[in-house]
Amino acid sequence: MAEEIPLLTPINLLTGFLGSGKTTLLSRLLADPALSDAAVLINEFGEVGLDHHLVERIDDTMVLLQSGCLCCTVRGELADAIKDLHSKRERGLVPPFRRIVVESTGLADPFPVLSTIKADPVLRHHFRPGNVITTVDAVNGLTQLETYVESNRQAAVADRLVVTKSDLADVGVVAALSVKLRIINPDAPLALAADPAIDLAALIDERPTLRANGLQSASGFYCDGPAVLTTADGTAHASAVTSFVMTMERAVDWTAFGLWLTMLLNRHGERVLRVKGILNIVGEERPVAIHGVQHLVHTPVHMERWPDDDRHSRIVFIVDGLDVGLLKRSFEAFALDRTPVHAAGVAEEPVLQERLSSP
Amino acid sequence: MCSLCGILGGNEHWADAVARPGVFTRNVERVDRRRERANRVRIANTMLARFGLTLADWQGASFVLSTRTGKSEIIEDLGHLWPAAERLCGRVCDPLDRAFIAVAEED
Repeated sequence: MAEEIPLLTPINLLTGFLGSGKTTLLSRLLADPALSDAAVLINEFGEVGLDHHLVERIDDTMVLLQSGCLCCTVRGELADAIKDLHSKRERGLVPPFRRIVVESTGLADPFPVLSTIKADPVLRHHFRPGNVITTVDAVNGLTQLETYVESNRQAAVADRLVVTKSDLADVGVVAALSVKLRIINPDAPLALAADPAIDLAALIDERPTLRANGLQSASGFYCDGPAVLTTADGTAHASAVTSFVMTMERAVDWTAFGLWLTMLLNRHGERVLRVKGILNIVGEERPVAIHGVQHLVHTPVHMERWPDDDRHSRIVFIVDGLDVGLLKRSFEAFALDRTPVHAAGVAEEPVLQERLSSP
Repeated sequence: MCSLCGILGGNEHWADAVARPGVFTRNVERVDRRRERANRVRIANTMLARFGLTLADWQGASFVLSTRTGKSEIIEDLGHLWPAAERLCGRVCDPLDRAFIAVAEED
């Protein structure tokens, strides 16, 4: 008998632009033992579903969503499909899958999928969002990132980035694409699909991103400073989607931070593609990790310990067209601890002594 | 699109889910919970003052958001605060507004 069904079944989202190799990667993933117990939802754009013919494993736990763009039908069809799978699993009509992989269409904004899982009253008690895996085509990726906002959004919300077709592209092009992806999403580990040693299980392994045990991402810390891509004349490359890291000396006031972030997301949620950070909270020994995608903020994780001696709060924002300078000023004005920082050895006591000793 | 729309039953807002005394507690640490709520109301009011709004705790279960003329709305949690604030004061509450930031920086 297979292992017990997890309390909250993870749902992985496989996204990536049209023709970026999502289905090819899915076929490989499904052949991997780590995903042998996954149910699959495939979403197709267009009247005739073709993608599922490319995936060899067709069984009861594979569902084809045929009405087209996932983002439009997400509240209905996707939620219904997942609930249907859940119901069948409970009744023993399908094998007891322990994971769901949703392959989105190439034009979909991935956010509504995550949002559906968190917002649907049934789904949120049985499922949780797992890693978002985004494929980026090495041959056309750069152009797509320059041209299509969807492509940027897909890269920005990724927990794992997979560059496909790197064997077909120039080494220089792959390097340039990697740098570009680092700017959009400085944290997500980046793998090459053509790499024979690619660890497919690591793509769905969430442990480093949860970090409740102090583990860090492959890059050391998920708030590594983003690389700055420059044009031939040395100026920074203009792009609406930017990421930046804020490091704070002062501790964060959790209450004020909550008020500030909800205010920011209420007004600009669609343009805050990602917010991820580790916060030094006033009055707390242990750090709190926060993680949000657009309007959706995951439950904060209380980490067991600080990963190193650095006690500064660090937050990565990936934003689409927001004024970075204003965002930093706003954060500092509202979310930090307002208690004045006293220098060591404040001059109050000597003054008091002087008063007492004076006649 | 607000991901909080269309939810039936009680919602668990992320800001309420930190393992800290007074936050994310059920039936224990009642005093801490009320203290945390009072603190939240205090900080929220410094931010809401600019929009002519005040927030008050209601029975430790909800919050009441009011304008100066008394127009009020009951809100469950922080997820509903800012949309309600914008409805009541009739303008946007933008944390990236230069004037709003400048006032906060002076405090």
